[in-house]
Amino acid sequence: MSTVRVLVGTRKGAFLLTADGQREKWSIAGPYFGGWELYHLKGSPADPNRLYAAQSSSWFGQQIQRSNDGGKTWAPVGNKFVYDGVPGTHQWYDGKPHPWEFKRVWHLEPSLTDPDVVYAGVEDAALFRTTDGGQSWQELPGLRGHGSGQRWQPGAGGMCLHTILQDPANPARLFIAISAAGAFRTDDGGRTWKPINRGLVSPYIPEPTAEVGHCVHRLALHPTRPNVLFMQKHWDVMRSDDAGESWHEVSGNLPSDFGFPIDVHAHEPETIYVVPIKSDSEHYPPDGKLRVYRSRTGGNEWEALTKGLPQRDCYVNVLRDAMAVDGLDSCGIYFGTTGGQVYASADAGDTWAPIVRDLPAVLSVEVQTLP
Amino acid sequence: MIRVLLPQHLRTLAGIADEVKLAVAGSVTQRTVLDALEAQYPMLRGTIRDHVTQQRRPMVRFFACEQDVSHTSPDAPLPVAVASGVQPLLVVGAIAGG
Repeated sequence: MSTVRVLVGTRKGAFLLTADGQREKWSIAGPYFGGWELYHLKGSPADPNRLYAAQSSSWFGQQIQRSNDGGKTWAPVGNKFVYDGVPGTHQWYDGKPHPWEFKRVWHLEPSLTDPDVVYAGVEDAALFRTTDGGQSWQELPGLRGHGSGQRWQPGAGGMCLHTILQDPANPARLFIAISAAGAFRTDDGGRTWKPINRGLVSPYIPEPTAEVGHCVHRLALHPTRPNVLFMQKHWDVMRSDDAGESWHEVSGNLPSDFGFPIDVHAHEPETIYVVPIKSDSEHYPPDGKLRVYRSRTGGNEWEALTKGLPQRDCYVNVLRDAMAVDGLDSCGIYFGTTGGQVYASADAGDTWAPIVRDLPAVLSVEVQTLP
Repeated sequence: MIRVLLPQHLRTLAGIADEVKLAVAGSVTQRTVLDALEAQYPMLRGTIRDHVTQQRRPMVRFFACEQDVSHTSPDAPLPVAVASGVQPLLVVGAIAGG
């Protein structure tokens, strides 16, 4: 029978949650790297025993940890992230030029085909890649250098590159997203990039339809339809049917279209999930009710999923990297909260139960479906 | 041998149980001690000082012989008691809480 391994990054360490395909009885291991912030962990699709973890600390900086045995043991690998050439400047909060400074790794995206190749999205926003299993990291400078980099500006959480999507049908194509710059695409393996933000409207920036400057919170795609992208923006849930060339809003009947994560059902490319948050100044669910919303129509028509989730007095947040889906049938959905709960649904969101309730604030959730 | 005492998180990261003892050739300074430390424990590169600028990270301090030597030149000799191994060089993470 298949097993499921949930990789959880928190403010104070990492945890590995495992269960069989029933997803009812869970084993919880950790904390790993206790006391450190684990912004993200992810396993290699090409070798599920190869895991990577982004471990950081305000005191001692960035570490990258690697496991070759599914998380039983870990070892630090390379942690040197140096921008290519003269880093130049981006905009600071006051609109003035500010030098690019590496702060931390937000997201690790292992290659679909090579366990030694990993992309890293960092703050201040840039994309790095390793081809030697994390021992050394090189920037893909075409992203910051494509022309708009000096106009990028940090969001409240920092100027982070938080989303990296690979096109399974086209290894040369990547999508990335940056807060607060927007979404970008390369069609040549990362050498050159273009902004893909046409159709986004952000009233909170001076030019609401600008080429860059949008606070994109998350992108998602289904691997069988990589030209269809879904986006949770600072406000608005958006959809593109042409690989990001144009976007249209699909917020529909959501109680709030502010939020952070968005994800796609493993077997139904038109079924998507978001977690509405009341507003950008409150950062908790509307009405104190923690509700996942599911659309089976690729957006616009949404249903609230509440069974097993707290429906009163709930004021947690769900961060952008803290939702994932497994590959089982029926599809499992997982998300973690800033209150330290990790919820799982083994029936595509119809019913939910906490796997664990009292972890440190959850920063990221990833799932591996193992044979 | 030069004695260096690291904060708990860095000892865990490097798999160090107690004090580190380092052989340092020539002048004993912050720089030569950290060079020797990072050569023996490469995973500590970037955790105490920046990879490129070699500047001390903002929330790390160096104490020696009950003095804060964080702001002295990295090339200034450390106290004789540290250079002779009588006293350790303390690498300290800033206290934070609330």
